[in-house]
Amino acid sequence: MAKKKTKKPADPHGEFRGQRTEADQERRIVIDDAARTPTVLYFGSGIFWLLVGSLFGIIASLKFNLPDWLGSSAALTFGRIRPAHLNTVMYGWASLAGAGMIVWLTARLCRIQLQLAWVHYLAVILWNLGVLAGTVAILAGYNQGMEWLEFPRFAGAMIAVGFLLFAASIIQTFRKRNVDHLYVSLWYILASMIWFPFLYVVANLGIYQGVIQAAMNWWYGHNALATWFTPIGLAGAYYFIPKVIGRPIYSYYLGLLGFWAFALFYNWNGIHHLVGGPLPTWLVTVSIVASVMMVVPVMAVAVNHHLTTVNHFRMLKFSPTLRFVVIGSMCYTAVSVQGSLESIRSFQEVAHFTHYTIGHAHLGVYAFLSMILFGAIYYIMPRLARWEWPYPGLIKAHFWMSIAGIGIYVIALTVGGWFQGVQLNDPAIPFMDVVEYTKVYLWARSIGGALMVVSHFIFAFQFVMIIKHAGPRRFAPALFRESAPMQREEREP
Amino acid sequence: MMFIRSFLFFFGVLATVLLGWAALVGVPDFMVSEIQPPEGLQRYTEEQLYGRSVYIREGCMYCHSQQVRPEGFGVDQERFWGRPSVPADYVFDKPHLLGTMRTGPDLMNIGVRQSSIDWHLVHLYNPRIVVPGSIMPPFPWLFVEKLSAGPNDKVITLPDSLAPEGKVVVAGRDANALTAYLLSLDRSYPVAQGKPDTTKKK
Repeated sequence: MAKKKTKKPADPHGEFRGQRTEADQERRIVIDDAARTPTVLYFGSGIFWLLVGSLFGIIASLKFNLPDWLGSSAALTFGRIRPAHLNTVMYGWASLAGAGMIVWLTARLCRIQLQLAWVHYLAVILWNLGVLAGTVAILAGYNQGMEWLEFPRFAGAMIAVGFLLFAASIIQTFRKRNVDHLYVSLWYILASMIWFPFLYVVANLGIYQGVIQAAMNWWYGHNALATWFTPIGLAGAYYFIPKVIGRPIYSYYLGLLGFWAFALFYNWNGIHHLVGGPLPTWLVTVSIVASVMMVVPVMAVAVNHHLTTVNHFRMLKFSPTLRFVVIGSMCYTAVSVQGSLESIRSFQEVAHFTHYTIGHAHLGVYAFLSMILFGAIYYIMPRLARWEWPYPGLIKAHFWMSIAGIGIYVIALTVGGWFQGVQLNDPAIPFMDVVEYTKVYLWARSIGGALMVVSHFIFAFQFVMIIKHAGPRRFAPALFRESAPMQREEREP
Repeated sequence: MMFIRSFLFFFGVLATVLLGWAALVGVPDFMVSEIQPPEGLQRYTEEQLYGRSVYIREGCMYCHSQQVRPEGFGVDQERFWGRPSVPADYVFDKPHLLGTMRTGPDLMNIGVRQSSIDWHLVHLYNPRIVVPGSIMPPFPWLFVEKLSAGPNDKVITLPDSLAPEGKVVVAGRDANALTAYLLSLDRSYPVAQGKPDTTKKK
């Protein structure tokens, strides 16, 4: 995509080194104004589902510790509340908050006001109704029976139409762009506008049966990450790290390599969820190979992000956005390398079917994706609301509680899950002894989960405050410490 | 120029996702579509199918797998969970219930391993009555409390601490159907073992 030789291909429009002319400021204000309502609606409903979803999560986790607690309530039994958790946090929180970030980012990167802004009102309504209807259906017992595809078809259809409307506006904004160079974040965004609707519609058609349905299930399950959730996270990291630091991304060409390797390998990964299962050997092997090949795009992205950050680590002391996003991008590297290892047969022999996998999933969706979304919201909201975050102390509390929470959670399940797998593979150990062994780790998981839930309520409280222009008025950005070194973009309107 | 680049971009992006679908779903579907059900595999009866829908409704598959690993990969045989599963075992399964977790044991052959209806009913009512230390949820809403049992009612025997005063607990339609489904899970019939997924060297 870079036939034209620009001197600084990573930053031809001065988005990151910042031309600080008044015309630039004006332009950004106009663009932000046009994107305001859709973005805030997506963020707001996303955060609502984050609260609902994480409450489901903590209830599900506590049910491992206290299996008879709420034991007579059918709607709250583990087997219903667990899929309700997954679907609300994925299709509610991560998708909607991600959509908000994409709306704002696309307008900024295309240097044009959001086009077809009105479709987002419809999209938000359909999407939220879809998630609501699907969640109620699961709790009421109408589960489609496949992981990641539990929502009944009518709920799935609402989400699909919502997504298509949302994508139409994004693509139209892209077509009207005022730039001749497309920044890396935009590639991921545009690609996911094509990938995800195809994936979601094919998966929801329900035309398969038996083992092929299992293959389709995990082709979808893993590709939901590949075609939608990971692109959101990477688009965010590629934008906010250089933006806050005030320097362009380390290498444009690594970005290019990373993107196309990502596009080629990621969507062949899914069948590694069925290693050792009753499927043709070659099929599983293909997925393992593709999973290991993911090291290429992951390393390209890792080098790009981390070499942009290196030498600027002290900025992490000041900028909440940077802290969340850099942690998120580090966890992306970690979870991806872990994922490649995990796909290998001798590793799967132990880790598959255990809590280890649950730890891995949360390292990805929480420590990588959600952290980047938190960072993005902390960055975007003051610019849209024209009001600074009133309580920097609460941002700090959110950060440390969520970090401590996910840390405890992932470490407990990784260690506990691994030894669970080792014991399951020792026939001398009775099954119930293995269950007994995991119990202490399942308690640790609940403690970590509780910390995350509390941090989400702190975050949601502050989100309400900034929308209502409530709390103490601040005239400078809410940083962790005053007199920060990043005077440029953090101080821009 | 910009148009060509945009076209190449969108074309490339579309091609990658179509390739992935073709390789992981399309081609395998074509290959497996010829599979015949093994002689020993029965179609589910109506009651078993209803029980299967209860299994899905209550989310059993989030903690129980239905796939036995091949020889040399894990120790499923030593745990007496059955012979390695093959694609033909699943021809009647829609949706598939292979599962990804073993918080509880594999259920591919639970009907062989535990064939007592009474055990299953009590276990579903509250697992800790028969398996101390179990972390499985109780499913009391599958049962009905009655003043006295009717002629066709399946009464479950509860310890005094859990029995409701002056009433009996009988299995409801859902509990009976779910039990019928669990008992139908018997894949002990012989199959031609193709090449299982065992390329890992021990």
